[in-house]
Amino acid sequence: MSKPFPPKVVTANHLLAGDVIYQTATGWTRRLEEAEVLTDAADADLRLIDASQQVAEIVGAYLAEVKLVENAPRPVHFREDFRATGPGNYAHGKQVELI
Amino acid sequence: MYSYSEFDTAFLATRNAQFRQQVERRISGALTEDEFKPLRLMNGLYLQLHAYMLRVAIPYGTLNSAKMHKLAELATRWDKGYGHFTTRQNIQYNWPALQDVPDMLDALAEVGLHAIQTSGNTIRNVTADHFAGAAADEIADPRPVAELLRQWSTDHPEFQFMPRKFKIAITGSPNDRAVTRAHDIGLRMLERDGARGFEVIVGGGLGRTPMIGKVINGFLPEADLLPYLEAIVSVWNQIGRRDNKYKARIKITVHEHGIDEIRRLVAERFEQTRKTFSGVDQNMLRDIENHFAPPTFKSAPHSGFKDAYHSDPIFRSWADTNLRAHRAPGYKIVSISLKKHGDTPGDASAEQMHLMADLAADYGHDELRISHEQNVILPHVHVSDLPALHARLKDAGLATANIGLISDIIACPGMDYCALATARSIPIAQQIANRFDDLKREHDIGQLKIKISGCINACGHHHVGHIGILGLDRAGVENYQITLGGDHTESAAVGDRVGPGFSANDIVPAVERIVDTYLDLRSSSDEAFIDTYKRTGMAPFKAALYPQTKVAAE
Repeated sequence: MSKPFPPKVVTANHLLAGDVIYQTATGWTRRLEEAEVLTDAADADLRLIDASQQVAEIVGAYLAEVKLVENAPRPVHFREDFRATGPGNYAHGKQVELI
Repeated sequence: MYSYSEFDTAFLATRNAQFRQQVERRISGALTEDEFKPLRLMNGLYLQLHAYMLRVAIPYGTLNSAKMHKLAELATRWDKGYGHFTTRQNIQYNWPALQDVPDMLDALAEVGLHAIQTSGNTIRNVTADHFAGAAADEIADPRPVAELLRQWSTDHPEFQFMPRKFKIAITGSPNDRAVTRAHDIGLRMLERDGARGFEVIVGGGLGRTPMIGKVINGFLPEADLLPYLEAIVSVWNQIGRRDNKYKARIKITVHEHGIDEIRRLVAERFEQTRKTFSGVDQNMLRDIENHFAPPTFKSAPHSGFKDAYHSDPIFRSWADTNLRAHRAPGYKIVSISLKKHGDTPGDASAEQMHLMADLAADYGHDELRISHEQNVILPHVHVSDLPALHARLKDAGLATANIGLISDIIACPGMDYCALATARSIPIAQQIANRFDDLKREHDIGQLKIKISGCINACGHHHVGHIGILGLDRAGVENYQITLGGDHTESAAVGDRVGPGFSANDIVPAVERIVDTYLDLRSSSDEAFIDTYKRTGMAPFKAALYPQTKVAAE
């Protein structure tokens, strides 16, 4: 039996703004909850290859593990939590811009 | 203040034009990220956790009001209205858009600032004592030499492919405020029989393998400086390890070969490099020195200062804490704290930067310095101007009286911004500062340096903090290790790790227990934390932090 594949999303930084983005079925979003959740290893690899080829739009694509909370992806590691929400030292950046 | 020559200006314009084209090619997709990355790093542009980050060099931490105004303008026009002053006397903008960076660099060039060699495997911005040119204890102003080193190291053809980055710090004072023993090369100006020279220290550094630098030359005559430094970098460039980036810094080279062998190799190489310097560098140095002539100091009555000192306790507290001795009669060195309790250490808003520039122009002979401790210095202020200066600082939230105290914390950006970080550091600094401010104890606690890094690269200098805090990722959870007894001065020492780390929730109470232990142990209020620690050793602090260990041992 193959190893279970924990759900993942493709994430990267936007080439021009440099901010954190997530792959959707049709493009990119700045909101993790809108990301396409990948539950199959082969599918995830293909989606990552697709993302990595978009060199004029994004930088540094990789797969980040998520957990599903009420059917929406949430970060597993605290680093991804900070990437999803922006700096926590005071209210600025993503945490105020995406409200 | 060094003024750019036509050569400097033309060099910068060419360099910026090249980078503009590189950015355009990246945006068009003609360059891949792998191709573009080394080019952007050479120009100080990182891609961090949430955005690009542009690191602008502030050579040897020296600014005038025009430069500070320009830094503020960049924050307003192309960033989120603030800048972050770093532990290497640089400023970082956390939010530039890629397409704006060439315009930012052009704007910086208007006042002779740049981002060259603030990243990559280069000789980085040369740092210096932030009290340079003003300190009462200074042998000589180290900044002309630092400027000479900047010119020598910028685009040096031999040093374009080095094993790793290379950092040089210089002080002109026996009291080392430039952390010279924790740099690849540290220079301490000396005078011997009326002649000027340098104690040259090599192989210091923090990071994952902290090392205190070793003296490679006890007295290097001033005229030999460039050929000797060129020999050091050249020897390292040849034998430094390239197989493992974690072993590539010169501290590892010195450690593996031994200081005596490195000294021999450098002496050998020096015989060659010396011949290639005709003395033109010394002529240049004399010319540069003219740019750094001290201002014309004024005389004025001190009565206004004395009146304010005796009548205004807030002013008195600030004056007692944030002023240092100046070489000129009637003058003080003013440290402007960028550590208001609860704020991000080292951050200044554009409005605050404009104000500090105005204050430098109005009261400070148009000079400012950035300290590696992430504060801003007005190096030359006459005491008669201090009450008015303090009032304007207070209105802008810049009059926090905490220089050298427990809330004057060095903190790297950590995981709030940095892509390399393994844990947050700024929120820990904010919580510590707020906690001790709430207790109103920091003036009683006295001199205590807390330094926090959010990863082992140690940008927050935690190894040399009296209390050092290192944030790590332990199995997906932030974990903070404590070291005690670090020292960043001429008696530099790497702190001792106390024991297992603490969670983000437990680290501030842990610091409080350390401080409580110190207050119980100190012989008098005059005995600073570091002196108590040296006297008692770690045992009582360890017992306070890990009482269960003591119980288990009994």
